[in-house]
Amino acid sequence: MHRISNPTDLAVICRQIRRHIITMTGAAKSGHPGGSLSAVEVLVTLYWDVLRHDPSNPKWPLRDRFILSKGHAAPVLYAVMAECGYTPVESLNTLRKLGSIYQGHPDIRYIPALEASTGSLGEGLSLALGMGLAARLDRSPSRTYVMLGDGEIQEGQIWEAAMFGSFNKVDNVCAIVDYNKLQLDGAVKDILELEPLAAKWRAFGWHTLQIDGHDIPAVQSALSEAAATKGKPTCIIAHTVKGKGVSFMEGDPKWHGVTPNPEEVELALKELA
Amino acid sequence: MPANTKYELKLGAATREAFGKTLAELGRENPNIVVGDADLTKSTMTTFFAKEFPDRLFECGIAEANMVAIGAGLAMAGKIPFVSSFSAFVMTKGFEQLRCLVAYPNVNLKVVGTHSGISIGEDGPSQMSMEDLALACALPNFTVLCPADEVSTKWAVRWAAAHQGPVFIRTGRPKAPAIYQSAAQFEIGKAVELVPGADVTLVATGLLVAEAIKASDLLAAEGISARVLDIHTIKPLDEEALARAARETGALVVAEEHLVDSGLGVRVAQALARTVPAPVEFVGLTRFAESGSPDQLLDLYGLRAPDLVAAARKVIARKK
Repeated sequence: MHRISNPTDLAVICRQIRRHIITMTGAAKSGHPGGSLSAVEVLVTLYWDVLRHDPSNPKWPLRDRFILSKGHAAPVLYAVMAECGYTPVESLNTLRKLGSIYQGHPDIRYIPALEASTGSLGEGLSLALGMGLAARLDRSPSRTYVMLGDGEIQEGQIWEAAMFGSFNKVDNVCAIVDYNKLQLDGAVKDILELEPLAAKWRAFGWHTLQIDGHDIPAVQSALSEAAATKGKPTCIIAHTVKGKGVSFMEGDPKWHGVTPNPEEVELALKELA
Repeated sequence: MPANTKYELKLGAATREAFGKTLAELGRENPNIVVGDADLTKSTMTTFFAKEFPDRLFECGIAEANMVAIGAGLAMAGKIPFVSSFSAFVMTKGFEQLRCLVAYPNVNLKVVGTHSGISIGEDGPSQMSMEDLALACALPNFTVLCPADEVSTKWAVRWAAAHQGPVFIRTGRPKAPAIYQSAAQFEIGKAVELVPGADVTLVATGLLVAEAIKASDLLAAEGISARVLDIHTIKPLDEEALARAARETGALVVAEEHLVDSGLGVRVAQALARTVPAPVEFVGLTRFAESGSPDQLLDLYGLRAPDLVAAARKVIARKK
């Protein structure tokens, strides 16, 4: 795919992706806008500037892979894949409707270009490591990126995988934690605190970076540092804001799993014009 | 093609050993075969593969959920992974990963449970899987195999490697009586009629196949002609052979080293309910077991030929 590296151009794409997220979830009347909006800069930077991929040849064996382990943020992934040309933009608003390829959580049966069906939290890091091991056996340049939710890493399997990844030096895998600090029941720090989070990943043997996950140049630089890091996998802790880009959604846990009504859609789109 | 239908069946290799050796053979034939294990390579016998192909054996440590998911990732990137642990652990601790990452997207992962049933013996109930077939059969897209001996296990492992889609193979710890000669042929989803019979059918799987053969000899001495079917494929089930058995013998006994409430027996009953309803009796487990030698436990928990004989008499009495 034609690479776009200019942060200003990427920011324009981010705005368009956010508009899709609002209209899609508004039309669906259910879904997860907050954690989709927090992940926009990371996904846009990955798909337009970092991943080696070809929407006209989604099963290209040497491609880089992306797994959305926090599968409930499907709207951001769908919007990104549609804008890349994998799937139709015009049917994004069929999200969650019977027969739509845009299922409630990413479903490889409906979109074969997806790298995985996700939705049950805690599993994507292991999947990514399996793909990383396969690439290493094949001496393939393919890298695998996986986005984890912050609440998601309360799952024990994440830490089984974290141990495995560093011990086996799976340096072609990069995990990105969308650290938006909120989960369904409230603030992560009140539900089950993750801090000291960077220290945990470091203790588990990962090259660990902390960035502002909405600062595109910071995302770019972290992803290139990950690719250059050999001998251990990288974890990028992306500090983000849940609901980012829509003033009344930012930082409010309500928008984890509640969608905007028509008036709220209109308001949000005005802000994102 | 039974090697021997007399009461004494010679012991062959354990089915887990047949699995491990076949896996190493497959490793030589196909560089895409890779293996995951969870700190039990010497017990699951993936050690044969590990010695020859250390780069393709992924030791996951005591973390079965991660192992299953790593296997799914390897499969999605084009490898043919076999992941193995005790059935009791891989099917329970890995179940959610098998459900969401393997069954649902129909991923080409092979799962081999070893030390199944109570015949693991001395280790006791925490290590004994009595519900693994129920869990495996609860997963759409999975083929579920439960071979009885060395020869049928070799076939099962080779079939799994060649098949595109998820497979669960149940194997056991102790040496298993040799049922088949090495040239025996099997077909997926097709029961093997080991002994012909007209009065009752003994439907068995795994270690209980040998007991069914012994039971048919005991019943013959009483003048009862008992057919023996080896159900090496639990899913898809050979409904045709079962319907034929119900039609021709009028009564069946199902025998398995598994909970009777959720294993082969209920699947057979379901199959007959929609084809040829017939009286069925069930030989299997109904409670957690305990430590003891495999032979002691099989005796104590009622998984022996005389238990099948008693069930056969009972089910024959129920014929109309």
